[in-house]
Parts: sequence; C-alpha cells; structure tokens
Amino acid sequence: MSETTVSLKGITKSYTRGKQSVEVLQSLDLDIAKGDFLALMGPSGSGKTTLLNLIGGLDTPSSGELRVGDARLDQMSAGQLTKWRANHVGFVFQFYNLLPVLNAERNVELPLLLTSLSATERMRRVHIALGVVGLADRAKHKPGELSGGQAQRVAIARALVADPTLLVCDEPTGDLDRKTADEILGLLQILNREHGKTIVMVTHDPKAAEFATHTLHLDKGRLVEQATLA
Amino acid sequence: MANTLNQIVAVTALNLRSIPSRLGTSMVIVIGIAGVVGVLVALLSMGAGFEATLGGTGTPARTIVLRGGSTDELGSVITREQAQVVADAPGVARDAEGKAYTLPELYLLTDVAKPGSTSPNNVVVRGTYADVSGVRPEFRIIGGRMFQPGVREVVVGAGAAAQFETLKLGGTVDVRDGPWTIVGLFETNGDVHESELWVDVEALQTASRRQAYNSITVQLENADAFQGFKDALTTDPRLVVSVQREPDYYASRSEQLHLLIRILGYTVAVIMGIGAVFGALNVMYAAVATRTVEIATLRALGFGSLPVVVSVMIEALALSFAGGCVGALGAYLFFNGHTVNTLNFQTFSQVAFDFRVTPELIKQGLSWALGMGLLGGLFPAVRAARLPIIDALRAQ
Amino acid sequence: MKYLPLVWAALWRRRPRTIFTMLSITVAFLLYALLSGVNAAFNAGVEIAGADRLVATGRYSLTQVLPFGHLQQVRSLAGVHSVAGQSWFGGYYQKESNFFPQFPTEIEPYLAMYPEIVLPADQKEAILNTRTGAIIAKTLADRFGFKVGDRIPIIAGIWPLADGSNNWEFDLVGIFDTKNPKERSLYEMMLFRHDYFDEARQFGKGTIGWMVVKVDDPAQNEVIVDQIDALFANSPNETRTQTEKAFNQSFIKQMGDIGLIMSSIIGAVFFTLLFLTGNTMMQSVRERVPELAVLKTLGYSDRAVLALVLAESLALCLLAALAGIGLAALLLPGIAAKLPGFSGLSLSPATVLGAMGLAVLLALIVGLPPALRAMRLQIVDALAAH
Repeated sequence: MSETTVSLKGITKSYTRGKQSVEVLQSLDLDIAKGDFLALMGPSGSGKTTLLNLIGGLDTPSSGELRVGDARLDQMSAGQLTKWRANHVGFVFQFYNLLPVLNAERNVELPLLLTSLSATERMRRVHIALGVVGLADRAKHKPGELSGGQAQRVAIARALVADPTLLVCDEPTGDLDRKTADEILGLLQILNREHGKTIVMVTHDPKAAEFATHTLHLDKGRLVEQATLA
Repeated sequence: MANTLNQIVAVTALNLRSIPSRLGTSMVIVIGIAGVVGVLVALLSMGAGFEATLGGTGTPARTIVLRGGSTDELGSVITREQAQVVADAPGVARDAEGKAYTLPELYLLTDVAKPGSTSPNNVVVRGTYADVSGVRPEFRIIGGRMFQPGVREVVVGAGAAAQFETLKLGGTVDVRDGPWTIVGLFETNGDVHESELWVDVEALQTASRRQAYNSITVQLENADAFQGFKDALTTDPRLVVSVQREPDYYASRSEQLHLLIRILGYTVAVIMGIGAVFGALNVMYAAVATRTVEIATLRALGFGSLPVVVSVMIEALALSFAGGCVGALGAYLFFNGHTVNTLNFQTFSQVAFDFRVTPELIKQGLSWALGMGLLGGLFPAVRAARLPIIDALRAQ
Repeated sequence: MKYLPLVWAALWRRRPRTIFTMLSITVAFLLYALLSGVNAAFNAGVEIAGADRLVATGRYSLTQVLPFGHLQQVRSLAGVHSVAGQSWFGGYYQKESNFFPQFPTEIEPYLAMYPEIVLPADQKEAILNTRTGAIIAKTLADRFGFKVGDRIPIIAGIWPLADGSNNWEFDLVGIFDTKNPKERSLYEMMLFRHDYFDEARQFGKGTIGWMVVKVDDPAQNEVIVDQIDALFANSPNETRTQTEKAFNQSFIKQMGDIGLIMSSIIGAVFFTLLFLTGNTMMQSVRERVPELAVLKTLGYSDRAVLALVLAESLALCLLAALAGIGLAALLLPGIAAKLPGFSGLSLSPATVLGAMGLAVLLALIVGLPPALRAMRLQIVDALAAH
C-alpha cells in the first residue's frame, strides 16, 4: 500500500472579516497518498485555494490535525513552517510569479540559495530541472522574453529543483490557451508518473481532471465527492 | 487652437486633481525643491544683509579721505596739517559759524572676547567727537549717554552690543592702556558703524601715543560738490590722498566677503539643484508610469499629444513652485533678521549684519524652483506623449 | 555572497529610477566631501601648529606695534630658544584683489624655527646676503608666474617709502615649499627682510608687529607665556602671548562658526535626500509585493526578506556615495589649485570614513520602513491580491 503523505483530520479554517467570522473550511478529513496526482475542483469561494494553502504550509488551520510526511503542520510556528516549506514543498501559481528581474536559471536557483550547496552544485541542479521541463535552451532568458507556457515551465522547474515531497499547484493552467494548458498538464502528469511526484492541484479546468489520478470537489468548505481514476 | 486649449485645460485639471492620490510621491518634489530653494535663499540673504549693512553706510554727499595708496582706514595716516588742508577745501559744508563739517578720526582695533571663550575678536575702535551730528546726522544714542571729551569713556554700537555680551552699559572694555568705561549705546541706521566702539579722539590719541589721524570723513554741501572737492585735494602738492564717496568706500570693503558668500551660496545651491532635478525626474517618471493607462485612454479618445505634454509639465511646475514657496517661506521665517557676525578680512575687523530675505531673493528662489521643475518635467512629459497607445491599453 | 545577484538584479528593476536616485546621492556626497575639505582647510592651522612655538602680540590687538627692544628682552629669557620679529606689510601685487600676505621678517631665526618650510640652501644664502631680497611660496609663484631673479613690485597699503611713494620692489631670490603639501595654504606668503623694511619705510621705524618665539621645551609653554607677558606688564607696550595653536584658533573663531554653517548645509542636503531615496525604496518594495510573497512561499524567512531589502538599500547608498567621494577626489586637486588660500584642500581619510558612515545611516533609515513592510507581508493576502 502507498504511504499516506498528506493527512487532514477535522480541519477547520475561519477568517474574521470585521465583526463577522467566516468559516471557509468546515471539519475536513482528507488523505493523500504518495504518488497521487490530486485535482481539487469547485466553484469560486468553495475554499479550494484555502485548502491548498494549508497543505502547502502557507497558512495554519484554525483547528484540526494536519500532517504532511512526518511533520505536524498545525503545531508549527510561522518560522518553522517557513523552513519546512523550503525543504518539502514546491509551488506553482496561476500567474507564474517569476521574478522579472532575474533570468530563468536564476529564478530556478532561488530555492537553492536557502541551502548550503556550492554555486556549481546549485547550477547543476538548476540545469537538470530545466532539462526535465524541456527548457534547457532558454536558461538565460528573462520572463519577459518567454511565452506563457515557457514561463510556467520555468515555474515548475523552480518548484522541482529542491526535490520536494509535494508539488502544490494553484490553477497552473488558468492563464494559458488550450494547447499550452494541455502541454503543462502533460508535463505534470509525466512528473507524477515517471518521477513519482505527489501533486495537489487546484483547478477550474474539467479537462485537467483527466490528467490527475484523483479528483475532489469542494463546495462551501466541504468535500462533496471523492472519485478515483486510473 | 481653442480646442487645443480646452484639451490642455481638461487634461491638466485631471492631472492636478489626481495629485492628492499621489500625495506621497508628489511631496518628494515639493520637499526636495523646498530644500534647495531654502538653502539658496538663506545663504544669499546672508550676502544681501552684509551688502546692505556695508553698502548702506554713508550718503553720496559724504566722503572719506585716506592717505593715497591706503586701501582702508586701518592702514591710513592723516596728519593734523593735512586735516586742516582738507577742512579748507572747496565744497565742504560748514555750520553757522563757518566751521567745517569734517571728522578727522582715529581708527584702530581692539580685542574683545565673547563670554565663555578666551579667543578674542577684532572690534573697531573709532576715535571721534562727542558731537558728530553735522556729518553723521543718523547717529542716535539709544541707551545711557554720549562720552565726554577727553575722558576714557566708550559708546557701543547696537550691532557690537548684540554680538558681545560683555559690552554692557556700566561695564568696561579694554581699548588701549587699560579698561575704559562703557557709558552709552548708539545706533546709526543699521550701517557698519553699529559694529564699532566710539571713543573721544583725543583720549585715544593720548592712550595710544599717536598724534596723527587715520581718516577724515567730510560732509559736502551736496553730492555734486564731490568732483571739485576731490580734484582740489588730489592736485594739492601738500597731500597724497585718496578721496571716495563714503558708500563707494564701504562697498569696496565688503566686496570680497560678499563674493565669497555668493560663491558659496551658488555652488551649494547648484549642486543641490542637480540632485533635486534628479529627484524630480524620478517622481515625474513614476507619475507618468502609474498613469500610463489613463494617458493612453485619453489619447485613444482623441486628445492630442500636446495637451498631454503640457499637462505633465504643468504638474511638475506646480509642484516645484509649491516647493519653492515652502523653501523661501522657510528661509524667511528661520533666518530673516537673524544677526550674525564674522571677520571681514578686507578690513580685518568684526562686522555684524542681519540675514536679509529680500523680495528679490524670493523671486530668484522661485525662478530656480520653476527652472528645476521644467527640467524635471520635460523628459517625462515627452515620454508620456510618446507612449504607444495600444500597448498601454493592453497592459490593463 | 550568493544572494548578490538577487540583490543586484532587484536594484536595477527600473533602470532610470535607480540611476536618478543614485545620482542624487552621489551629488549629495560630493557636496559633503567638498564642504568637509573646506572645513578641514579652515581648521588645518590649529591641527598643524608647532608645539614649541609661541606668538607674542600687543596686549590689545594684533594690530598694535611693539618696540624693537622687546626682541632682545625675550631672547634673554631662560627657556627661550630663539625669537623672530615680524610685521604685517599689507600690500598687494598690481591690484587689490591679488591679495597674499607679505611679512617683513627676521629671516634667519624664522626659517630655523619653521622646519615645515623647505628652502634650498643656496636660496637661503641669497636672501641673507641680499637686503632687498624676498622669498615666496611656491603656490604663489606658480599663480603669478614669478621666477627666481624677477623683480617684484608690491604696492604698499600701509607703509609708504621714505619719499612718500607706495611702490616697493623686491628681488625674488628664493621659492619655498612646505614639507607636507597639505600645509601649503598655511604658508602661502611672501617674506622679505625686516631690516630693509625698517630702513626704507617712512614711519614706524624701530617697531615690529609681533614676535614668534621658539621654546626649548614645549612642556614649559605656559610658563614662558606668563614670563614674557610679565616682562612687559605695566609698561607702555604690554604684550599678550599665546601658543601658536591658540593664536591660529582665534583667527578661525573670528570667522564665525564655519563648522556650524557647513554642518547646517550638509544637514539640509541630507534631509532632502532622505525623502528622495526613501520614496524610491518605498516605491520599489510596493511594486514587488507579489515577488516578495513568492520568496516567502519558497521558504525565505521573514528575516531573510528584511535582509534582502536592507541589502538593496545599502548597495544603492554605498555605491552612490562611493561615486560621490570618487568624484570629489578627482575634482578637489583642481579646485585647490584655483582657490587662493585653499591650496591644501584634499580628501582626508576621516572624510571618506565619515561619508561611508553617513551612507550606511542613510541606507538604514531609508531602507528600514520598506524592509519591515516586506518582512511583515502575509503571503496569503499578498498572493490573493495579485
């Protein structure tokens, strides 16, 4: 049996807006196994991004138990979460969020600057990551010189370069045309199937679900459906 | 033409109205330029005050006679005989009894210390007469009384009194051969004599063991009598003298210090101004950048590039002008009327003067402000006009 | 270190903005260096004054004259090594604006007590043998184009010749320089023989302006000062003696508070600069909120982000400040050559250090608010807003 990489038990998340308290996630239970490629879907406001942020260690739950790998994220301080993120999670955003002032390889290098690797070692890993996403020849280009699809690939390379436990993607194809979106989803699928990466992806795109191994629907902070594919 | 004007007004109004939303960055221009104008006006007002004090000394109908070749009173020597020749010259004003209105005076320096410091300052001591009203009608005792002839008493000018706390009524000051008593304070319309100590000429001659004088100040019948008076003296074989109108003489004594202050003021202001222009450029470029879409939309709607350029320029100029006003006002409030004294190295003596923020200087400061605003606004304005409309709109 | 490319790239995010800001800072530091140099030049006389030299003037003013006999009396005091009499000539070369000090001097004892002045032995020989001889500072010779052998006309401002004319002439037999080039402005003068001066002048014969006294042991300075003044106390020609340092200081003090004026100007300049640079940094950080949030998602701690912004501010300010100081170093020698009285103008290590300190302070004040803002960014909010 594959180990459970991500485990949520009774997870609640609420925000205070002025005097009101809004409960975005209501007592969620979820298990994600190692090697899963999970698509999280649902209407706007359903809380899927909030859930993603919790799994990725960007936010802490209001109550409940959240475990990723051996770590108890609900018990970590902000500082500890920061350190944890550096070593265990890779993020991919809808708008790529690359630093426009740096070229592709420098962008990919960013997570490695937090390690104690030597400059040569860092660059070696950067080029491997860029090779995996098929952009080795664009290493010296700045984001402004890349197309949407290419920029997203760089972002994926950045997410991979520190060899994280988990890849967390928030609407990775939201800003891309159909053809490019499919390419990106295909790449993610390869990373999942051939490189064994566990991926949690929030998406609007129904077609995206076809590339995943599991799909979950969220509505008003609750899991509505669990479906397993493949 | 009218249409262009309308457009200019419309766009400019739009720009200016949106300044409050960009208040932070707009303040940068205002404060930067205020700083430059403030420093410029303050430094130049030092020069203006100095010039007013020295240049304001004397009237065109008064002359000062020195030994030929002497550049100032300190180094000049006039003997008693020569003083008589001068008194007999044509053009000299006389009183009802026919006595000439001339003041042969002794002029020397004495060290006066500021309280709390032992280092002395060269203060002018003028050996003169108890009644100078014939030649210097502006002289007025404002405290105590005038000195008595032949007695070792001192009257202190208002400027000197302000600068040296030790020069107080009833106190003493070392002049020559021991301390002399301060019996009065005087004013002479704010001119350079207010930085001096006046004593009786004969008392001073005795104390300093000198018989001759340094200079003679002469009241002429009128300003036009000057040339005749001067010619008579310079052609007289008994004398080698230089004859100058009093205002000219005192102005020449302030030339170098005045020049130094002006050089300092302009150098600092120019350097600061360059810095401020860079600052203005920064802010205006940023202002244009944040309003890229707005400007492009206007252009797409049919507004010409000229109105856009003009509106950006007007914004830069308005902000700079505001800065200039703040700076000039600041200089006026903090410095105007403030008394300062320094060593005039041409006369080797201390002179006290006020900072004078004149309307001239304020005008100058404001024109500098506008100039800086012009430079800081020009390139960004042109850039704004040249923005490719389509790209700018798509960026939204 | 390894974060350098990141900091450097962030700095040039908007090229014109960074360049303009840096130029403003450079200009401010150029001004700082220039004004510091001027301030130092003013105070140089105090720093460099001879420890073993005293100046004795008339009690009431430097402008009083003293009888020649005073020199011998002071010479005979125990503890006094040598005495040189000097006077103030107060003339000018061709026109009044060509001003430089001329001192009738007892040349031999004077040169002996001023080792700072360097005069070739043959030229020293020449002036001691030429009654109408004069020696002049190198900077003045260069400025007016004087050469050894020239006959220099000086127009008297105070002392006419016996026949009443003001046209003195001297034979230039030597040009001296100072051991330390920085001291040039202190010795920018012309010296000629006091015995010739006394013989040729119309009045004032048998008097000197002041005495320069060299003591055997500087530790005895105050004692000798009192002794000299005691010699002439209650006589018609009382003296006031002080150390050369105190004497020089009193001149500077008379100029008014130059230091205060300079500091005020610098203060105003930097205050204005703060606004400018602060605004740039704030703008820069504001634009980069999403990127900074991304760095945090990647695992950059709050402190790391703070440090990055501060590093950027430091890089900006230090580089620009260095450029300003560099520019000053290039310009100062040229200015020194042109300004009379400021030939010692230069960039001192103290000024450079002071500038670096100011740059760091500026960087911190200007960089801290945006750095704190970056540090406190909540990732989730920052990303959501994008």
